[in-house]
Amino acid sequence: MPPVAKRLRVGLFVTCLVDLFRPTVGFAAVKLLEDAGCVVEVPEGQTCCGQPAYNNGDVADAKKLAQNVIATFEGFDRVVVPSGSCAGMIVRHYPTLFEASDPWRRRAEALAAKTHELVSFLTDVLGVETTGAKYSGTVTYHDSCSGLRELGIREQPRKLLKATGAEIVEMKDSDVCCGFGGTFSVKYPEISGTIVDKKAVTIEASGAETLVAGDLGCLVNMAGRLSRRGARTRVRHVAEILAGMADGPAIGETRGGRK
Amino acid sequence: MKITSPDFERKASKALHDPMLQKALSNIEKGFIAKRIKAAAALPEFDDLRDRARDIKNHTLERLDLYLEAFERRVQAAGGEVHWAETPDDARAIIADICKRVGARTVTKGKSMISEEIALNEHLESLGLEPVETDLGEYIVQIRGEYPSHIIAPAVHLTKEQVADDFRRVHGHLDAKRDLTEPTTLLGEARTVLREKFIAADVGITGANFLVAETGSVVLVTNEGNGDLTQTLPKATIVLATPEKVVPTLEDVDTMLRLLARSATGQDLSVYTTFATGAKRPGDPDGPAEFHVVLLDNGRTAMLGTEFQDMLRCIRCGTCINHCPVYHVLGGHAYGWVYPGPMGAVLTPTLVGIDKAGHLPNASSFCGRCEDVCPMRIPLPRMMRAWRNREFERALNPAVTRFGLRAWAFLAARPQIYHKINRIASLVLSGLAAGRGRIRKLPFAGSWTSVRDMPAPEGGTFQELWKERRAASTTESSKAH
Repeated sequence: MPPVAKRLRVGLFVTCLVDLFRPTVGFAAVKLLEDAGCVVEVPEGQTCCGQPAYNNGDVADAKKLAQNVIATFEGFDRVVVPSGSCAGMIVRHYPTLFEASDPWRRRAEALAAKTHELVSFLTDVLGVETTGAKYSGTVTYHDSCSGLRELGIREQPRKLLKATGAEIVEMKDSDVCCGFGGTFSVKYPEISGTIVDKKAVTIEASGAETLVAGDLGCLVNMAGRLSRRGARTRVRHVAEILAGMADGPAIGETRGGRK
Repeated sequence: MKITSPDFERKASKALHDPMLQKALSNIEKGFIAKRIKAAAALPEFDDLRDRARDIKNHTLERLDLYLEAFERRVQAAGGEVHWAETPDDARAIIADICKRVGARTVTKGKSMISEEIALNEHLESLGLEPVETDLGEYIVQIRGEYPSHIIAPAVHLTKEQVADDFRRVHGHLDAKRDLTEPTTLLGEARTVLREKFIAADVGITGANFLVAETGSVVLVTNEGNGDLTQTLPKATIVLATPEKVVPTLEDVDTMLRLLARSATGQDLSVYTTFATGAKRPGDPDGPAEFHVVLLDNGRTAMLGTEFQDMLRCIRCGTCINHCPVYHVLGGHAYGWVYPGPMGAVLTPTLVGIDKAGHLPNASSFCGRCEDVCPMRIPLPRMMRAWRNREFERALNPAVTRFGLRAWAFLAARPQIYHKINRIASLVLSGLAAGRGRIRKLPFAGSWTSVRDMPAPEGGTFQELWKERRAASTTESSKAH
């Protein structure tokens, strides 16, 4: 490994949901990045990327939160996010929040240019072919919408999952929305619930033991529906498997398994 | 048309619990999507064509007045007439006048969403005329007293068994014991019934897929040939179109046509593509004596120069609807006006007002699949978001949503407090889970958990655990020294 001074200094943007629901994903991200030779820091000044405001018309608050993220992270060599949705917000949407004449526009563009979703950062920027973790079992991968369509994440997680020894069983329509959509699932819970039910049916039909995706929002939504259906499928963030940290309880389970 | 979009939530709920509708809707996913992928894959230049088509429409929209005037001159030169209508009332009056002047009784109609927009059938009926829809899907919804639930597949919300029941009810003169189990039998019966109407019609009204400025032609695509019979058999033809349908040249139409059917139904071309130019000329064996184009604006040109201008590129292929996960579970009627799905979520607020159509741009998970497949590369999610911005600016969304957003943003701008609140939230949710991995019912968000569990947090927030770990490793390293 190169000396610390030559290593990439990466700011980890943890995301609200990882912070609240699943710290393991944050630790998995740190491990993956450190194993790949990065120096990882988790700035305390971070909160939310601002999507709830941005997607509900509250432009002023979205800007304010974007400015906080920009100011907190612009000093790093790279910013890495264990979520395609929050990474997509920074990469694709932050620059559009500011007029061309606004000095924040340039800063937003600069941050966008060095911000990455975790798995694609490992493969596309660092050239990681294998994370060294071992996993046996069948997994099915759900392509979360923002990661897939805003950031072009499709093969990267599958490649690294295969390298762990996991057997990938594709579900039907893995690229179709799970119905989460952030505040969409709060505003229209019944519509969202019907969409996630269809998703749960395809997940179960795949026969895979574990459902994997790169976004905790989608995972919480799908895990919630799978558990309500009484499905036996376990649910994990892709980083947990790639970091070899898939030995703890899966999402929606306790230490003793599902109760 | 009467708008029921404010009642979206109730209608959506009804649709979600309608097993017949859900069965009918499953056909969309099975049919259109796979066929589109196959058709696009067979054409290596498909994505380049999308760029070209987008550029052609953008170019045209920048000079819309010039191209429309050129179109009008060409129509006139071909013995036709262009009528300019600003509002639905204007368009209805123009059409009624033409019908009255030629002494019409029966009016055949090709598929036209604009005619739905202005509730033309009701108007014609109120004048004592008999409008007859001649597209099979449109005919079915007409005899049911409904309106289309999809812009290219009007009766997609119905099963063939429902259609058979309707045919038995309406076609009372036919043998009651006839077998109507096969779709082809239904088609044959509709064809027989409609043939008489085509022959009886005095006026034929169609929409238009494209208007060609270079030639004054109206381009119409159908799979049933009903558009041709509607245009050519009666004394007078009326084409009802909106200004953004104009393209400069026949060459441009060619680009659009290569995208249209592939995107819509996965066909290389629709079965019939008709270029109608003007009235019957001396010496022509047939054709309409009168050829009218009614150009209805109804708010379109007001979109020019706004953040919604890109929507005017839409060629009504319906592929955004075919790919929308929300449409897949609701069908079209829940949206409450003429245009459902993503394109409707952008267009409807423009035409009827965001105060009435506010649910439409909100009822999207922003999955982005619509933009991904749009042949004209229309940024539909961006424009839905623009509507949400306007809604928020005008304080049209619920006060509780606005207050919630503001309060949350206030806290999110204060990292110390935000992290503390996340810690508390983690504890509260863990408490609610009571040792199980999930929460069956969330207080204050009961509808979220009505259909799914809320997985319990692992325990502790990342920020606090990270701090602990850092503190521990600092102690470790200081001990080592």
